[in-house]
Amino acid sequence: MRRLLWPVVVLVLLLALNVFFTPSFFSIEVKDGHLYGSLIDILRFGAPLILVSLGMTLVIATGGIDLSVGSVVAISGALACLQISQDTSVFTAVVSALVLCVVLGAWNGFLVAAVGIQPIIATLILMVAGRGLAQLITGGQIITINSPAYKVIGGGYWLTVPFGILIVIAVLAITAFLTRRLALGMLLESVGGNAEASRLAGIRARGIVIMVYAFAALCAGVAGLMISSNVSSADGNNAGLWIELDAILAVVIGGTSLSGGRFSLSGTVLGALIIQTLTTTIYSIGVPPETTLLFKALVVTAVCLIQSPSFRAKAFGRRGRTAPPSPAPEEKVRVTA
Amino acid sequence: MATEPASRSEAINTERGDMAVPAPVLTMGGIGKQFPGVKALDGVDLRLLPGEVHALMGENGAGKSTLIKVLTGVYPADAGTIELGGAPVAFGSPLEAQQAGISTVYQEVNLCTNLSVAENIFIGREPRRFGRIDWKRMRARAKKLLSRLELSLDVSAPLSTYSLAIQQMVAIARAIDVEARVLILDEPTSSLDAGEVEQLFRVMRRLKEEGIAILFVSHFLDQIYEISDRMTILRNGTLVGEYLTRELSQVQLVAKMIGQELAALERLHGEAKVFDRPLIEARELGRTGAIEPFSMTIHEGEVVGLAGLLGSGRTEIARLLFGADHAGSGEIVVSGSVTSLRTPRAAMGHKIAFCSENRKADGLIPDLTVRENIILALQATRGWTRPVPREQQDELVGKYIKALKISPPNPEHLVRNLSGGNQQKVLLARWLILEPRLLILDEPTRGIDVGAKTEIQRLVAELSDGGMAVLFISAELEEVLRLSHKVGVLRDRRLVAELPNDDSLTTDVLMETIASGASQMNASEASNVDASGGRAS
Repeated sequence: MRRLLWPVVVLVLLLALNVFFTPSFFSIEVKDGHLYGSLIDILRFGAPLILVSLGMTLVIATGGIDLSVGSVVAISGALACLQISQDTSVFTAVVSALVLCVVLGAWNGFLVAAVGIQPIIATLILMVAGRGLAQLITGGQIITINSPAYKVIGGGYWLTVPFGILIVIAVLAITAFLTRRLALGMLLESVGGNAEASRLAGIRARGIVIMVYAFAALCAGVAGLMISSNVSSADGNNAGLWIELDAILAVVIGGTSLSGGRFSLSGTVLGALIIQTLTTTIYSIGVPPETTLLFKALVVTAVCLIQSPSFRAKAFGRRGRTAPPSPAPEEKVRVTA
Repeated sequence: MATEPASRSEAINTERGDMAVPAPVLTMGGIGKQFPGVKALDGVDLRLLPGEVHALMGENGAGKSTLIKVLTGVYPADAGTIELGGAPVAFGSPLEAQQAGISTVYQEVNLCTNLSVAENIFIGREPRRFGRIDWKRMRARAKKLLSRLELSLDVSAPLSTYSLAIQQMVAIARAIDVEARVLILDEPTSSLDAGEVEQLFRVMRRLKEEGIAILFVSHFLDQIYEISDRMTILRNGTLVGEYLTRELSQVQLVAKMIGQELAALERLHGEAKVFDRPLIEARELGRTGAIEPFSMTIHEGEVVGLAGLLGSGRTEIARLLFGADHAGSGEIVVSGSVTSLRTPRAAMGHKIAFCSENRKADGLIPDLTVRENIILALQATRGWTRPVPREQQDELVGKYIKALKISPPNPEHLVRNLSGGNQQKVLLARWLILEPRLLILDEPTRGIDVGAKTEIQRLVAELSDGGMAVLFISAELEEVLRLSHKVGVLRDRRLVAELPNDDSLTTDVLMETIASGASQMNASEASNVDASGGRAS
């Protein structure tokens, strides 16, 4: 697809840069029945971000935004670890953590769709309060656990493939099925593209919006389990810190407009991979730690600029692929108002 | 060159007959403009005389817009010359054109409504004193400028406190402040009501007396005839000719615009039909601040027209019948049983469909494709878990693209890129696939060209012959008369009369009723309709 061209180009460039500095970057090997390699690491460590970004994509498609996903990540890990540390079964711990996340997400959706609070404010509430809730659950401590079964979620392997990658693939497949095979995607894009027109077309936007926020929180919850499982501990303060910003960035890099409407799941996955590859690159090419954030900011700025058709037209002149000025005969604007 | 040179020279000859023609302020000759795949303009001439209102006429896509954009420097011309006051010019940008004295006011008022009137007039060229904005002088100059348009406004109030019409005047004031010799008004009236249009015309006449040449674009033929002195007609990017307005009848004008003789404006429903199966009945239905309680019965196969000024409550009736707004009082009876239409969804359950007036805001989803926009309502009734099978989608969409002649006939085209008439057809198709029993059309022909308009009118007649009830709302009384079996007249948010559409009903009668409320005769007629309707059912 044409609109995925630039994210792909950026990702390829980043990978090429890595190969330049680390010639063995693309090598993948099987050790002890596990896949190893830099590319696998990018996928594995990028898995939580991809999950959060997928949920965020649907929220943004409705014209909303969810700032609370980082806090939900922390809450989910905290609740699961707390229960496991109290000898609850891993299954119960995981399910109850995810159920809590869905409830919190539905609360966000309720505030947005039923009460009518602006999404950025409605989710800001849980962003701040959620951190408090996570710390309440952990009692302000870092809960450390020792549960091989729980460890599988973020650190395990199945058929040589890291378990986290499999979870991402499953969630991506489910999301793609719901949105593109069923009609959820079209109705989402409709609500995000023009809410009033959607209402007049008979779409029950309220239920859809609540469901989407719940889904975003569920994705964040799974990501939270992954993160805490990987380190076998729960940190209410720092788990998932600022992940909402990376997720929003991933969605935007993937070509979904923040104003809602059209969204692209594959674009979002690419966007998240770009961010994760960038992080890896920073380590592998040896950018001094104190300039890491600045370096990241510069690359992200460049990525955003190169994605903008109007910037490309300016910077590269005629080579920029801009649409020709609207073919004149239609007096679109004039006629429709 | 002109496709009808004969008529052109004829027009010029008549001029010689009555008076000398002053030298044109602006002359465009042999203008050509090519877009990828489209020849938008080909050998178009245009001349504007000082102190004249010149109408630029043509269907959508005839090239009016492109011609204006070439004139004002938005696009460079591929061929031809532009002379301003006798000297050749070529503008690189609208700003250059404005500095040379060619100002443009677009349909969408592009002002900042949160700024004050004075700020809007002088934005970007505020009078300064010691490097700071001289507010006092700015307000004084704004006041003076507006008084030139016979307007007295509080220039320090935010623009948003004034009506759209006043905002339009402020845009004009802004445009003429820069010593305009040519003023281009591109569809300035499409969102104004009759009184506001009159106000605008007063201003235009005044500017005309000052010797400014005005280029006026409008879809409303009546307005063209009221205000313009001369017109240039375009068709498919070529010049049809230049005519004096008083020498060209409306029928001739339309014929020249669409390139064929239009069938006489006969009523589409010839014989009188008896409607005896009430479909939907509003009983004292009302909503505070929107519409006074009204009663109305719509029968199967009946076209009910609503006539009235903008803001008289036409749209409000439509929205109540569709459940888009909650009724404050009264009840709705559908097929004999009392129902509450609390949401559009509920109305859709009763097979009621509503094509809203504002296609952009309340109708289409611009970023979705034609196909998606068409099946949207059908999909909504099924919920997101049961998608309309792709085959069925393609079949339905293909059928309606063909039946309604939607162009381009590509279902995967984004709706935002379609022309107004085609967008309207997409919206119609969305509702037609639901096979509604009552179709509410709010201004379905506004802002679309004559050809598409006729097609939509014909379609309405066909649908009602097939048994569908239609509530037809339009600002154009002729259209209402042409299509409707009976006409409800609204005035000041009240349904003042319900008139059967027989030979005695003319636009004059309608206008009189709108202007005065139900006259004695009309009121008695209205009660007759009720009586006969009651008997039949």
